[in-house]
Amino acid sequence: MDIAFLLNGETVKLRGVEATRTLLDWLREERGLTGTKEGCNEGDCGACSVLVADAGGVRAQNACLLLLGQLDGRAVTTVEGLSGPAGELHPVQQALVEKHGSQCGFCTPGIAVALAGTHLKGATDYDQRLAGNLCRCTGYAPIIRAAEAAAKAPVPDWFAPGKGAPEGIGSAPKSVDDLAAEIMRRPHATLIAGNTDVGLWLNKQLRELDDVIFLSEVAELRQHVADSEGLHIGACVTIETLRGLLAGPHPHFAAMLARFASAQVRAAATVGGNIANGSPIGDTPPPLIALGARLYLRRGEARRVIALEDYFLEYGRQDRQAGEFIEGLTIPAQPDNLRVYKNSKRFDQDISAVLGAFNIAVEDGKVQSARIAFGGMAGIPKRAEAVERALIGKPWTRESVAEAQAAFMRDFAPIDDMRASAAYRLQVAQAMLERVWLEGEGVATDVREVQP
Amino acid sequence: MSIRKPLPHDSAPLHVTGRARYVDDIPVPAGCLHLAFGLSDVARGVITRADLSAVRRAPEVVDVLKPIDLPGDNDISATAHDEPLLAMGEVFYHGQPIFLVVAESHRAARKAARLGKITIDPRSAILTIDDALAAGSHFEGGPITWEDGDVEAAIAAAPHRLEGEIEIGGQEHFYLEGHAALALPLDDGAMLVHSSTQHPSEIQHKVANALGVPMHKVRVETRRMGGGFGGKESQGNALAIACAVAAARTGRPCKMRYDRDDDMVITGKRHDFRIRYRVGYDDSGRLLGVDFTHHVRCGWSADLSLPVADRAMLHAANAYDIPAMRIESHRLRTHTASATAFRGFGGPQGMLGIERVMDHVAHALGKDPAELRRLNFHSADPARPTRTHYGQKVEDFALHEMVPALLERAGYEARKQAVARWNAENPVLKRGLGFNPVQFGISFTLSHLNQAGALVHIYQDGSVHLNHGGTEMGQGLNQKVAQVAASVLGVGLESVQITATDTAKVPNTSATAASSGSDLNGMAVRAACDKLKGRLTRFLANHWGVKPARVSFEGGEVHAGRKHMPFAEAARLAYEARISLSATGFYRTPKLSWDREAGRGRPFYYFAYGVALTEVAVDTLTGEYRILRTDLLHDAGASLNPALDIGQVEGAYVQGAGWLTTEELVWDGAGRLMTHAPSTYKIPACADRPDIFNVTLWEGENREPTIFRSKAVGEPPLMLGISAFLALSGAISACGSAYPALDAPATPERVLAAIRRVQA
Repeated sequence: MDIAFLLNGETVKLRGVEATRTLLDWLREERGLTGTKEGCNEGDCGACSVLVADAGGVRAQNACLLLLGQLDGRAVTTVEGLSGPAGELHPVQQALVEKHGSQCGFCTPGIAVALAGTHLKGATDYDQRLAGNLCRCTGYAPIIRAAEAAAKAPVPDWFAPGKGAPEGIGSAPKSVDDLAAEIMRRPHATLIAGNTDVGLWLNKQLRELDDVIFLSEVAELRQHVADSEGLHIGACVTIETLRGLLAGPHPHFAAMLARFASAQVRAAATVGGNIANGSPIGDTPPPLIALGARLYLRRGEARRVIALEDYFLEYGRQDRQAGEFIEGLTIPAQPDNLRVYKNSKRFDQDISAVLGAFNIAVEDGKVQSARIAFGGMAGIPKRAEAVERALIGKPWTRESVAEAQAAFMRDFAPIDDMRASAAYRLQVAQAMLERVWLEGEGVATDVREVQP
Repeated sequence: MSIRKPLPHDSAPLHVTGRARYVDDIPVPAGCLHLAFGLSDVARGVITRADLSAVRRAPEVVDVLKPIDLPGDNDISATAHDEPLLAMGEVFYHGQPIFLVVAESHRAARKAARLGKITIDPRSAILTIDDALAAGSHFEGGPITWEDGDVEAAIAAAPHRLEGEIEIGGQEHFYLEGHAALALPLDDGAMLVHSSTQHPSEIQHKVANALGVPMHKVRVETRRMGGGFGGKESQGNALAIACAVAAARTGRPCKMRYDRDDDMVITGKRHDFRIRYRVGYDDSGRLLGVDFTHHVRCGWSADLSLPVADRAMLHAANAYDIPAMRIESHRLRTHTASATAFRGFGGPQGMLGIERVMDHVAHALGKDPAELRRLNFHSADPARPTRTHYGQKVEDFALHEMVPALLERAGYEARKQAVARWNAENPVLKRGLGFNPVQFGISFTLSHLNQAGALVHIYQDGSVHLNHGGTEMGQGLNQKVAQVAASVLGVGLESVQITATDTAKVPNTSATAASSGSDLNGMAVRAACDKLKGRLTRFLANHWGVKPARVSFEGGEVHAGRKHMPFAEAARLAYEARISLSATGFYRTPKLSWDREAGRGRPFYYFAYGVALTEVAVDTLTGEYRILRTDLLHDAGASLNPALDIGQVEGAYVQGAGWLTTEELVWDGAGRLMTHAPSTYKIPACADRPDIFNVTLWEGENREPTIFRSKAVGEPPLMLGISAFLALSGAISACGSAYPALDAPATPERVLAAIRRVQA
């Protein structure tokens, strides 16, 4: 395919490139830009972080999960593009030197890039922004000292990622109608939105995808609207955008999303992708199911709406026909009772062992309704229907909670794997329900809130 | 003088701009080939058929090598000649290389490597410590035992006794730069190898054997590694040999780098241990006798396991004077990747064993854990030193002063009360404090490794070219050593050019390991610089007609009374006077004598000390936790560079805490590593560092005349991370009366299990 993009201020036009080649490989192997490092090739270490700019803004992403086919009309800034025209260090680079923020130096280009993006936005939530940048040498403390020191310096005048990005020259679908038609023509093509999952097929399974359709140019799929009916979200709304959208209506959901992968991955990954791949451990389906989200599917001109939970049939199988794609979803407007808990070995950037979402309405001390859904407990994201039944109509007391906890055994038979044992998963699911109740009683249960 | 200055890492400006070159960044000549191994998918079995026809037919494949195609030694072992590059007839772990693919691109090589049809007749695999004990699968024929005093009598006579067991998981190095090597065939049958290795001389030696040529035909260069942590002490041999062999066969440059998953599956990790203990103690908490059994899972080959297990035994008493002690060490051969060196080299596991004992005894007696430890410390009186359980006099014991200094700075007493109050008031969230001291022995326990060489040139313009046998993996060794050279020659640091480690410049080097880098190479560089300074001094004394004693080097100038000239001028004059301006330097550590068999002697030149206090909060519903605050006080002697040393302490603590908390290696029942990528293996992330993180260096100097009286700092602070584990144990203890008996790594799941035990 043909693409045009801006690379460190220089327009690059490529004709007939392999669309599924990663930006990382292309930078290193074709351009000799070896500052961008391969640490894991799966988006978990951040050593390949680059800044991507388009109409949606400037964001750090992992070059190992960015395909050339996604870059058309965008701007890319690598570590080589941070410094000034005369080699002046960017303030974050200068601070990393002065505050001893590098030791072996291999993660450092990615950290410098992520911090330059943070600095550009004037953001100071460094733990969040750097959750996707692993460093094995420093223990992070000097990196944060550097970030804090650099915050005082203005953005250098040379540093304007995205300025002067060319018009795209590629042929990816630009509208949903075009997309629908294209998918009907090529029903077995792989749809690529954020490439945070498909990227692993390419990099780790070494699959060759000859037939792909990029969703990155379909602006309609990135739209979102809130009205009296609820929140309507296009399939290609990123997790990071979703996090912002939910901060008002469902803040606990939004807070959990701060632990969804890393800033780099959230900037790429889409809500539609997180649903479409059918993973039992995707973090958005359980809370979306608990909120009663409806899913819009389209095949050519035909559209249908289903409850999100009905999309997941069994492990590896979803209710989606050849030629069909997810157009979007709606979260119905409702009072916010949602509590979402993520359990993993590490708080940040870890795949959930268990993710529990509880939408429990209590009136006059009685449970009026309960929609409870889990990830990591079955082959699909799944409702805890026996637990819901055990609660509905009961007084919202410790005793009812204890009785309902026993019902988890009827809902779930989780598996042992490298993330957790089946027994622990059940214990955690039960504990999460207890946590909902304890929080209602005003008991402190969030270890992340404890101050030193 | 540039020593003692908190200068940034010499490569920092290159790191932050992406200009620092690692092996995979080196521009290669046209025609470079790329390599990948075909791996065993069975933990143990006999290869009955190897059909590689599909591999050979795959796109871009140039060559495929089996053991029979190797020109020389099929061996990558660091020690025992028991580790073939390519499996011969039998496989011994899941992920063992069986064949080697040579292709036009990295991706093509990796793809082709998956096309091999290897038929393996599986045999029953010994995977766990229990499997190995049941099968009697030991290295060295059986356990090694050291005994100091009559342990049985001491325990029997003690007023109190207890026993227990702790499982201690291994640890993946997760250097951010995976293993990589590049071989460039030269004329005359010689080979230039770039390797991401802590041990260029070993790479040279092994490559020479593999090619069947003398060592002088092989030159190995290492500019820097993207992290090592012990994982690049021996594990780079396979890649370097593979590249050299393929380069010799094809006459083309050959490069190999492991994909992260391959790196984690193929290479060794920190040894996991199970430690059993029986201890006798008195009412005050004084330990009277301790009996340890170490079960060490070594993997399928010897690699460095025997000295690792030795070092665990050497650190089994940490900083404590224990009257009677016995350690039985089982080095178990299992069909898993061969465990290898990892920062601390067994010391951390041995130390965690005795810290567990201290924690258990403190819990049983209801005594303050810090007080209990101080009670058991080595002698405070340097005139009457106590001896370690292996007979070394402890003459430099600093902990009697360091412990109160840290505890006061950290507000220990008040925080103890605050934690108790918090735990009384909060039903779900519990806090805990953890304290531990560290006494870590410095020197290679294989005494002959304690040597180093350097090569220093002064050019006629006064610029200095510095080379030594140590390797740079992020620790700032080159900067420290450059500071030494600049200080000795009295020139500015900008006059000293750091250069890549190169086996053609300094031969027969030891691995940069055992924290020895600056101790050994700093001294060797000083020796070389002293030689050069001596020659210049004699020359200038003659030139100026003054006594040599009056000649001094300072501030980029050479002085003698009122006479002075720029260093560059002195260099030029000396050159014109035909004075040699190039010198080698050599150093060997004095005072060492060690009988490994008997477990007696002085294996260590000196000890490095540290103290840590960590506070955690635990969610008792699910076992999740956070580190709230950490206070560290560490002894780096008279630091050569306090900024670099503090960086080592901070980083080591977080790595040590990671080892004992979230970093869990999981194998399945077939011996497959299930945690082979950062998606499943969780090293600490940014927010996992302590909220409050106070790190201070102890103001002291080495009792021994090391390089400017500094101390080694690479490994010792890793064990400060033990305090995080002990803090979790403390918080869990607040849930009930039983002892938590927490295992490591203390994942949320293990913490919850311990909470349930304590609550039961």
